[in-house]
Amino acid sequence: MQLSYTPEQIAFRAEVRGWLEAHVPTASLEHYDATRAGFEAHRQWEATLKSGDWGMVTWPKEYGGRGLDLIQWLIFEEEYYRAKAPGRVNQNGIFLLGPTLMEFGTHEQKSRFLPKMASGEEIWAQAWSEPQAGSDLAGVRATAVRDGDEYVLNGHKIWSSRAAFADWAFGLFREPGTERHKGMSLIFFKLDQKGVTRNPIKKINGHVGFAEIFLENVRVPAFNRLGDEGQGWHICMATAGFERGLMLRSPARYQVAAAELAKLWQARKDQCDPALEADVVRAFMDAEAYALSIYKTASSLMAGAKIGPEASTNKLFWSELDIHLHRTALAILGAEAELISAPGAHDWIDDFIFSLAGPIYAGSNEIQRNIIAERMLGLPR
Amino acid sequence: MDFTLSDEQLMFAETAETLFYDLVTPEHWRKLMESGDARDAALWNQIVETGLTLIQLPEEAGGLGLGALDFALIAEKAGYVALSEPLVDSAGVAAPMLAALAPDDPVLADPAASIAIQQEEGGLVLDADSAAAIILRKGDQAFVASPDQVTLTRRESIDPMRRLFAVEWDDSKVQPLGQADWDLALDRGAIFAAAQGLGLAQRAVDMAVEYAKERQQFGKPIGSYQAVKHHLSTAQTAIEFARPVVLAAAATLESGDIQSRARISHAKIVALEAADVAARTSIQVHGAMGYSWEVDVHLFLKRALALTSAWGTPYFHRQRVAARLFTQPVGPSTTFARENENG
Ligand SMILES: Cc1cc2nc3c(=O)[nH]c(=O)nc-3n(C[C@H](O)[C@H](O)[C@H](O)COP(=O)(O)OP(=O)(O)OC[C@H]3O[C@@H](n4cnc5c(N)ncnc54)[C@H](O)[C@@H]3O)c2cc1C
Repeated sequence: MQLSYTPEQIAFRAEVRGWLEAHVPTASLEHYDATRAGFEAHRQWEATLKSGDWGMVTWPKEYGGRGLDLIQWLIFEEEYYRAKAPGRVNQNGIFLLGPTLMEFGTHEQKSRFLPKMASGEEIWAQAWSEPQAGSDLAGVRATAVRDGDEYVLNGHKIWSSRAAFADWAFGLFREPGTERHKGMSLIFFKLDQKGVTRNPIKKINGHVGFAEIFLENVRVPAFNRLGDEGQGWHICMATAGFERGLMLRSPARYQVAAAELAKLWQARKDQCDPALEADVVRAFMDAEAYALSIYKTASSLMAGAKIGPEASTNKLFWSELDIHLHRTALAILGAEAELISAPGAHDWIDDFIFSLAGPIYAGSNEIQRNIIAERMLGLPR
Repeated sequence: MDFTLSDEQLMFAETAETLFYDLVTPEHWRKLMESGDARDAALWNQIVETGLTLIQLPEEAGGLGLGALDFALIAEKAGYVALSEPLVDSAGVAAPMLAALAPDDPVLADPAASIAIQQEEGGLVLDADSAAAIILRKGDQAFVASPDQVTLTRRESIDPMRRLFAVEWDDSKVQPLGQADWDLALDRGAIFAAAQGLGLAQRAVDMAVEYAKERQQFGKPIGSYQAVKHHLSTAQTAIEFARPVVLAAAATLESGDIQSRARISHAKIVALEAADVAARTSIQVHGAMGYSWEVDVHLFLKRALALTSAWGTPYFHRQRVAARLFTQPVGPSTTFARENENG
């Protein structure tokens, strides 16, 4: 165990910090879920990132990355959040589909999709959930029928984040007549192609956070299928593993929020219940614990380990810490908590609202608790 | 940056684990509870022969001179079996202090001799009666005495395997050691209590899981019911996010700066919270069995309760975390920052 950075890692941090200081826009961008303009401004930022070669630092160079290791990735993320750089509009591409493509894609598929993902030229949405298949994802009904070199897609997807403005989606489809975990495939389709209708859905805060997608005889080349036909469930579970285990939520996100919370507390504690200090300290400790845990996971992955069912504990921990942290902020703000934040100010209320989605998406916390009990602890189904 | 344990560390921990699993059985606990002893001579000899008492002791004093992390891994295993033999405080805290103050003290030359230590002035001392030497505290001065140089009065603990004593003593009849590093003692005591807390917590969960697979109600194992599952997942999650903190805190204990102290305190708080939630959950999952003296779960509850406020209360430790949070740089690039460097 060596809990300090090497000179190379320190130099790398300085390089990232320097570049971000020079390039992060000074005025914050309009939220990518708020309007098409906000979305496009974030795409533009992705292009700027790419110009510095920062699109996705862990990917091999040939696919648009820098070939860096996971510790460097964590350092990059820390600096990224520290610099308050714009949110990653392509997060479902780079953090979820990207690692999955890396594991299951052919060389041709990786060359076709990864570089444009890293540059933000193609922004991705995840189209798995359906009205009747939420937690019970194996209940997916959307179909893919093979027709020569193509698939014909039909079905109804919902809650697809950023699909209202995104370019591509990776969807879960089944061969007609198959049941449950068998016969599913993961297939990519363009969101503006013939037969695709997307209806924006407003989130709890009024932004167009997601869309429902109707597919009517949508034709895509068989090349767009990731992995073998019928392997879709297996691939989705691997994606979910990356999502929960490492990539979806950077510890840095919570460390920045905890630091802001400490500032808020110090500025206002004279008007507050002194007992709230314990909650502020708790938020800091939880953010630190999450960071340490992710460093531990990254180190063991680098030493050859694989992500296992314990990834589900991450999902529980960060989502619950996020809610606790933001509830504490609202308690400190008191009567001001309900006020819509001024532009540029830390948006406690909106972040609180968003924290409430944490226990729902990426597999609800109830489902994570089932997974921990059954796969980690070995309790019977 | 590398957050993995070395093969040597894993090997030591495994040695301790094997020894403890073989010898610290429910029969062993029952024997101690009936006799009222905290120590089984045969087991203690095995612990000593395996070298576990030498890990934290400096090489000059005949020890192995290894770090707090190495010993924390042993303490975690000790927690898993609710070890009552005086290994953790004696070899982890008291012996290194005595070695720092009186390297030639003959007690140090005998690896089988245990040393008790008073955590704070006037405080109760664990295992004082069976110790070869007791380190006592007045202000920041330390003194050493043998049990027969002081008056010991037993104070009964809810934990049947903890033997606590009030100590009355006369300065002139004990040997002064001079000013001691009580902060370091507290850091060591706290991190090893935290490590034991992880072990206690995991054992409580494991016992409940085993029981929940076997026990049937309504024609099914109770472990197939979601309410039971979710309780246990919550406890396991608390363990998963305490353990990296304990490991990191032990690995950086030697820095002795405000960050290192805050991390030790963080570890102490969350590891004992995990032990508390795990033990209470385990009792609930065991039903009335869990409420009985016969089933061993209560030993873990009681040890967790005792260790929660040993070596600093949660309130004390929270204040140390607050001191770091409010006086030092915070944020994502400061996870491993040290006080004497600018982040
Ligand atoms: C902000 C946000 C973004 C999202 N983005 C995407 C996206 O990009 N792509 C996508 O495909 N989907 C997305 N989703 C959908 C998300 O994956 C689903 O909401 C989630 O899987 C839960 O499904 P559901 O909403 O149908 O709830 P349901 O499955 O109907 O669950 C409702 C409640 O019942 C509980 N429940 C269900 N089954 C069980 C069980 N077996 N045991 C115990 N409790 C149970 C759940 O935990 C939950 O509390 C997003 C959701 C949100 C909120």
